[in-house]
Amino acid sequence: MESLTNRKKVVSDKPMTLWEKIYLPAIISGMITTLRHMFRKRKTIKYPEETREFAPVYRGQHVLKRDEQGRENCTACGLCAVACPAEAITMTAAERERGEEHLYREEKYAATYEINMLRCIFCGLCEEACPKEAIFLTDRLVPTYFERDNFTYGKDKLVESLEQRIDITKRQHTGKRTQL
Amino acid sequence: MIKVTIDDVEIEVAPGTTILNAARQAGGDLVPPAMCYYSKLPGTGGKCRTCLVEVAAGSTADPRPMPKLVASCSTTVMDGMVVKNKTSERVQTNRGGVVEFLLVNHPLDCPVCDQAGECHLQDLGYEHGSAKTRYREERRTFSPIDIGNKIKLHMNRCILCYRCVAVANQLTDKRVHGVLHRGEHAEISTYIENAIDNDFSGNMIDVCPVGALTDKTFRFKSRVWFLKPYEAECACTKCSGKAVVWMFGNEIFRVTARKDKYGEVETIEDKTAWICNDCRFDKKDPSNWNLIGPRKIDRHSVISQGKYATKNDNNPKLLH
Repeated sequence: MESLTNRKKVVSDKPMTLWEKIYLPAIISGMITTLRHMFRKRKTIKYPEETREFAPVYRGQHVLKRDEQGRENCTACGLCAVACPAEAITMTAAERERGEEHLYREEKYAATYEINMLRCIFCGLCEEACPKEAIFLTDRLVPTYFERDNFTYGKDKLVESLEQRIDITKRQHTGKRTQL
Repeated sequence: MIKVTIDDVEIEVAPGTTILNAARQAGGDLVPPAMCYYSKLPGTGGKCRTCLVEVAAGSTADPRPMPKLVASCSTTVMDGMVVKNKTSERVQTNRGGVVEFLLVNHPLDCPVCDQAGECHLQDLGYEHGSAKTRYREERRTFSPIDIGNKIKLHMNRCILCYRCVAVANQLTDKRVHGVLHRGEHAEISTYIENAIDNDFSGNMIDVCPVGALTDKTFRFKSRVWFLKPYEAECACTKCSGKAVVWMFGNEIFRVTARKDKYGEVETIEDKTAWICNDCRFDKKDPSNWNLIGPRKIDRHSVISQGKYATKNDNNPKLLH
């Protein structure tokens, strides 16, 4: 039958010619190909000294955002944990006490919030489920460790620090948060 | 028996039945939603207007259509009445408008609210509401207050259905809980914050269709869809002891009455199975309860997420 792709090669076992039998020309042509690559621009980089620019929607390590006044956005509603297909997210909620209004935006907040980075598949569904624009995936990579326990990221690693805010404006395609 | 047609379904009901109850007897998706009517509480209904239906023909004797939409929870059926609910465009647009009005002062704090996931207003808003609000004015705001030491009242979320007042009226001995002021300013109160100390006051939480009255022992503890509801019973001298315990692992997070698909407390052995405050708030130890089996959850409910059938589900005794 006629091949559809036309990539078929017919195998032949006809005897090699003298030119083919001496091998040297084939070796030399192969070496030329190899040497030519030495003068080309390198396609690899020296990570971690050099890093590549990530796509704006790259899904790396999560961040729990604070609002403009530095209050945590997360209210521990649990929608990220429901959306998570890998069951990586757990949390416990607590009630905001009087005098903590500058720390948490809503009357309920996440007392603990843990993401198991070994379970996480970085699908970004938590970010999509979040009604409070609290959790975002960023262009940071999760480092490697020797101990398994280190991969359970608590609030200490997830919540952005007040001094070093993490810019996620490129990911905010939902528009500005509406004030309730 | 009189014949009535609801959404092309013909059924026979006893005289004096309301349209809503006739529709519930027929069952299916022709049942109008109800936020304020509660069949187990006499005197409820007629306030929220979500159950409005169109009467295309009044009766066999007088087959003229009713000019306005009628509240199905408080209109009784007539022989030969033709009612339109799902099939009427007018009813559907009107219900959307009613939902919009209910949401005018209702805060969108579902991520915080403990009722989220089993809230009737949430279901209604999901079905009929629009994604955007047209309301620009400031919502009325109150700070949460305590009704007794076990119940929290978030007046912001209240839609003034008066169900809890009916509970206070009809289940407790003397009413210390009612609605103050009128119209926009109306609010549920215990009147000068008198604490309610009746054994059955906790049932206000169960009848509340939104998250206005919530259980303080369960406040912010978990989300309802992370918990597994089990039918359970206990030996209680005050109430039937038949309840639903909401468990996470081996821990009981909260106890509620058994509710049917309309969100009303079930009738068990010809009695409405209200539960007492001891069962609701104090019996949080699994050894107090005899677990009967997992509660049936509607497959489309968010509460059914993550409830994989396991050995434990078929035999809850294994939990102990």
